[in-house]
Amino acid sequence: MSDDIVLKTENLTKHYGGVHALQGANFELRRGEHVAIMGDNGAGKSTFVRQITGVEQRTSGKVWFYGEEVSFSGPLDAREAGIETVFQTLALADDLNVPDNLFLGREKTYANWLGPFRLLDYKGMRQATIDGLNKTAVKIPNIRNTIRNMSGGQRQCVAIARTATFHSKLTIMDEPTAALGVQETAQVENIIRTLKDEGEPLILVSHNMRQVMDLVDRIIVFRRGRICADLKKDETDGQDVVAYITGAKTQPQFADAM
Amino acid sequence: MADTSQGTGGLTFDKSKRTWPSELNIFLALIIIIVVFEIIGQTAPYMRGQSFLFDSKDRFDSIFNEARLKIIILQVSVIGIIALGVTQVIITAGIDLSSGPLVAATAMIAMSLGQTEFVNGSPNPKALFGSWAMDLPVIIPVVVGLAFGALIGAINGTFIAFFRIPPFIATLGMFLVCRGIALWWSGGNPISFPTEQYAWIGSGMMPVVWFVLLAIVFQLIMSFTVYGKHTYAIGSNEEAARMSGINVRRHKVMVYMIASMLAAFAGIVLSSKAVTAQAGMGEFYELFAIAMAVIGGISLQGGRGSIIGTVLGAMVLGVIQSGFTYVKLDGSYQLIAMGCIIIAAVILDQFRQRNRA
Repeated sequence: MSDDIVLKTENLTKHYGGVHALQGANFELRRGEHVAIMGDNGAGKSTFVRQITGVEQRTSGKVWFYGEEVSFSGPLDAREAGIETVFQTLALADDLNVPDNLFLGREKTYANWLGPFRLLDYKGMRQATIDGLNKTAVKIPNIRNTIRNMSGGQRQCVAIARTATFHSKLTIMDEPTAALGVQETAQVENIIRTLKDEGEPLILVSHNMRQVMDLVDRIIVFRRGRICADLKKDETDGQDVVAYITGAKTQPQFADAM
Repeated sequence: MADTSQGTGGLTFDKSKRTWPSELNIFLALIIIIVVFEIIGQTAPYMRGQSFLFDSKDRFDSIFNEARLKIIILQVSVIGIIALGVTQVIITAGIDLSSGPLVAATAMIAMSLGQTEFVNGSPNPKALFGSWAMDLPVIIPVVVGLAFGALIGAINGTFIAFFRIPPFIATLGMFLVCRGIALWWSGGNPISFPTEQYAWIGSGMMPVVWFVLLAIVFQLIMSFTVYGKHTYAIGSNEEAARMSGINVRRHKVMVYMIASMLAAFAGIVLSSKAVTAQAGMGEFYELFAIAMAVIGGISLQGGRGSIIGTVLGAMVLGVIQSGFTYVKLDGSYQLIAMGCIIIAAVILDQFRQRNRA
């Protein structure tokens, strides 16, 4: 296997009882590549993401991450391996402010011999937060604010900035702009572009055709639990993608499975 | 940093934009309550112009009525020590009902190892054990008492974190267990006549010293250490805390252990202060400790509040107790007033939350 491949799945399958939510998904993500996953509701997009990030355990199939076969027992495992995920439900602590949330579970500390009572390096975390937010061009009026006092868009930006600050090996975003307004969506898209410029690989699950066409290199279309198309952005257009999503078209290499 | 605040939105760290700390509200409430008592005292005809706060009879060197201030803080300091632990438990969105009986059980256990062999030349009439347990260095009863507290806390925490029993139920069970242990330990007999060293722990103003010292230590821990940050995070959003890699279960066990050790220490101080240990000690202490935390602005939903708030909440309770005695109102009114204040504190807290959201 070439070193170029960040993530590879082979025959990834998930059954919920009798429901075959995901069947035989073969997927590859190369270094620095941004890939969108599209498909109708219930097509298996989120199921696919949940298998990769360890939120659920797959029924069968194999997953390689940077050339190593992996089997994450939980989201934490995946995170430690370097997969940062922005879930639809945001994992933020409402009563903490921005730096606290960014560094939650991996605080900068000193006097580490104190064990659980080691001291927090507030200054360092604040500075790193400001740097991280500057890098991703996220605008938050006051990072001292608790998450409770922020708008949905600001929360989303914090969640995304968290993945961006830590130079993850792979970022997965599950419909990051579904609940956002126009300006906030633009901000999130800016962050994604920043990640692209820095060559960090990304999987974007989205329903937004314009966004996908704007941001990614490749589009994977899911239909009824199977991959039905693998399209280079430059060789396709919106109508074409819609045809694959609705089932009007299927790429020949996937046709036998359908 | 000023230039980054230009343009759309801006990114600032503005110290002046800090939110109004809720502790300030409690402090204001405390002052208002004191002023109300002062006014009643100065104007009510039967009070003959006594002052609540100030030294009206010129008995002390300072302008304050030192005796009253001492009593106010002394009478809340034992329960205050418990409240420091309860505060941390409530911040994780839990509750600890076992602290009151734990005070009694620890008092019995510690005192039984802190007895002196001879009282005025004759053998200790309340001796529980033989002479091997007499006149031990004070460190032994203290360590055994704290270890007992840690054990109870570990059991509480394990049931809550690992077996997912609701904190209310788990600690309610422990409430009965501890009261039972307290009764069983000496067969219901009081244990008295501690060694001089043991009696020193709670003598005079020592309970206040412990309370203030521990309050400072835990305020610093909650604000400046990873332990504190994770405690707030778990109370805010347990799922997020877990996803962030915090070992939520281990942390909860630790919080309950610390809370129970504080309650155990309160038991040692109380038995030393009273120079005796009885199985019925610490009745309703768990509820008063929770009341202090709630008045101090600790949200029962978890995630918010501080040790300073609890200390102020303790002061509010102390001032009310002392104030009602001062204006010569019966203890029954005191209880009614305290109940109203606890409910008012929770209503105010919810009102504040709704306004913010």
